[in-house]
Amino acid sequence: MPDLKTPDALQGGASLTGNVTAIEAGEHVISAVFLGETPLLALADGALRIGDETIACHKGGILVAASDGKRILTGGDDGRVIATDASGRSEVMGDEQNRWIDAVALGPDGTCAWSTGKSVKARDGKGVIKTLATKSSTQGLAFRPKGYQLAAAQNGGALIWMPNALAAPDLLEWKGSHLDVVWSPDARYVITSMQENQLHGWRLPEKAHMRMSGYPTKPRSMSWSMDGNWLATSGAEAAIVWPFASKDGPMGKAPRECGVRNRRVSQVAFHPKALVLAIGYEDGFILLVRLTDASEILVRGQTRGEAVTALGWDRSGSRLLFGTADGAAGLLTLPVGR
Amino acid sequence: MSQSVSSAEPASGKIPVTVLTGYLGAGKTTLLNRILTEPHGKKFAVIVNEFGEIGIDNELVVGADEEVFEMNNGCICCNVRGDLIRIIEGLMKRKGKFDAIIVETTGLADPAPVAQTFFVDQDVQEKTRLDAVVTVADAKWLLARLKDAPEAKNQIAFADVIILNKIDLVTKDELAEVEGRIRAINPYATLHKTTRSAVPLDAVLGRGAFDLDRILELEPAFLEVDEHDHHAHDHGHDHHHGHDHHDHGHAHDHGKHDHGHAHGGLKHYHDEDMQSLSVVIPGDVDGEKFMTWVNDLMQRDGADILRSKGILAFKDEPKRFVFQGVHMILDGDLQRDWKAGEQRQSKIVFIGKNLKEDEIRQGFLACAA
Repeated sequence: MPDLKTPDALQGGASLTGNVTAIEAGEHVISAVFLGETPLLALADGALRIGDETIACHKGGILVAASDGKRILTGGDDGRVIATDASGRSEVMGDEQNRWIDAVALGPDGTCAWSTGKSVKARDGKGVIKTLATKSSTQGLAFRPKGYQLAAAQNGGALIWMPNALAAPDLLEWKGSHLDVVWSPDARYVITSMQENQLHGWRLPEKAHMRMSGYPTKPRSMSWSMDGNWLATSGAEAAIVWPFASKDGPMGKAPRECGVRNRRVSQVAFHPKALVLAIGYEDGFILLVRLTDASEILVRGQTRGEAVTALGWDRSGSRLLFGTADGAAGLLTLPVGR
Repeated sequence: MSQSVSSAEPASGKIPVTVLTGYLGAGKTTLLNRILTEPHGKKFAVIVNEFGEIGIDNELVVGADEEVFEMNNGCICCNVRGDLIRIIEGLMKRKGKFDAIIVETTGLADPAPVAQTFFVDQDVQEKTRLDAVVTVADAKWLLARLKDAPEAKNQIAFADVIILNKIDLVTKDELAEVEGRIRAINPYATLHKTTRSAVPLDAVLGRGAFDLDRILELEPAFLEVDEHDHHAHDHGHDHHHGHDHHDHGHAHDHGKHDHGHAHGGLKHYHDEDMQSLSVVIPGDVDGEKFMTWVNDLMQRDGADILRSKGILAFKDEPKRFVFQGVHMILDGDLQRDWKAGEQRQSKIVFIGKNLKEDEIRQGFLACAA
């Protein structure tokens, strides 16, 4: 574990650019994750780059991906939903026959889910698939951290669906079009990003509303801190980090703004063990920012390139994998602490 | 952002998008297949509602579910196509795999939410630009559809380019009749009369209909371009007289304008619920007054005004101000200088439902500087 807690490790002007190994991905990077210790990039042309090896996965492009650290679940424009492990072994979890897969999610105990248009499918660990027809198209999916429960973001709110229950899904209602959805690690909050350039949240079980607005663009990337006390988001010219430590969540409190630049943040990823946030920008720039003292450290400097589209930490927090819209990627290995 | 007059960005680098509308059976799919099979060396991403009708390999074909939703931003007619936003987001990850996007809508679709998507959604707007709305109409059945299907009328009113198809199935008189009816609704679109949707590609692609730099003249298009052998037009006249009259179905005599040709026997009609209106001020307008007026008008009546365009001379401003709008969403900018010898004048054009013609006329005339 590198020492991210000592002040001088993250001083202003500090740089870790020398610790980055460049990777030529060659395609828009959809997702950057670690499966165990193996770095994996999911690419827009349908391929997966696992370690140094590239394997074909989807016949068309990969549109969406989710990972639980053991598998990556990808949805493609070939209509397939495929789970792949670190060895490159793939399993087709669903096939929607050339319909674009709009969202995927991985849950506990081998569960997974995907959506296409107005149909959501959930598959349990035994391979039993349940289907939910919805009034509106689902744009984002997320499993509750525990149990077999799924949140589906759509126009008009988020559905909470228990695939094995007979009851109709519960609707968390809020006018507008909801895009991505996340649960807080303690499952007390469901948060969506919205077409209307804001976040909306519900505190459960009372369904109390939380509006988090002020973004100039859609906040499409969301990441929880390891303790669940902070939610970092993209969409502004700084990472906007909302405090969730108190029982009312962020209500009535101002968010932190980390890594303020005159370029928009496109991706955020909290370190798995420290209050350090990786921030990727629309111009390819990447910073690490420590929340406790706002100190910054450079990972990837000024480029002429395009947006950072994927950021992922390994489980121990010693490596950060990233990828961009123009097919660049890299692996940061943090220096070992003193 | 329910309505804003924003500055235009250069169109360079953005992927052009052509929207193909038209009632069921008019010949949309034929036109689409024609576009895709011509030897143009271009690659298209095609967004369709029904798979299977397009017989082309090597193209990106995407199924859409036409989900229209209202933006929750206080703008009552900011309807956008959510599925389109998502599909374009997905397509943009495959940059370099295609040169242009074609969106085919169902026969019952209102073109407005499709068009508005390209002005309302920031991500879409940053990466693509709406090139034109192309409407395919069936020469034999359009008249019936205009009577019983409001969607068909909307599609004609909204169009930048109209492909009047299957003209081999109607007589010369019937064709003149349907053309007159189209012109009563939309005198500004470019009209092509075809069989089997046979038009040159440049008639439907690369039109730049929403490009402020290409809003050059606001004359009714049928006076400028036609398949007939026209020449020696006198654009100084206000040719657009048919809509000030309310003599329904009466064929006007063009004799008094002395064009030296008849418009191929074109009849002039007044449509009961969809009209166009143009107003000219032969000089400058007060820029501030105009902005206030046009914003108020769009806020109030934008739901009924489908399309708007204008070229204006603002007092003490050497450049022409041009704008174009889709319902409440206006896009405007200062463009090139007025040329020496060019008459500074201000002209607006609206196409809409139940236009309050007198009110609009008086409101605009009051902006004169």
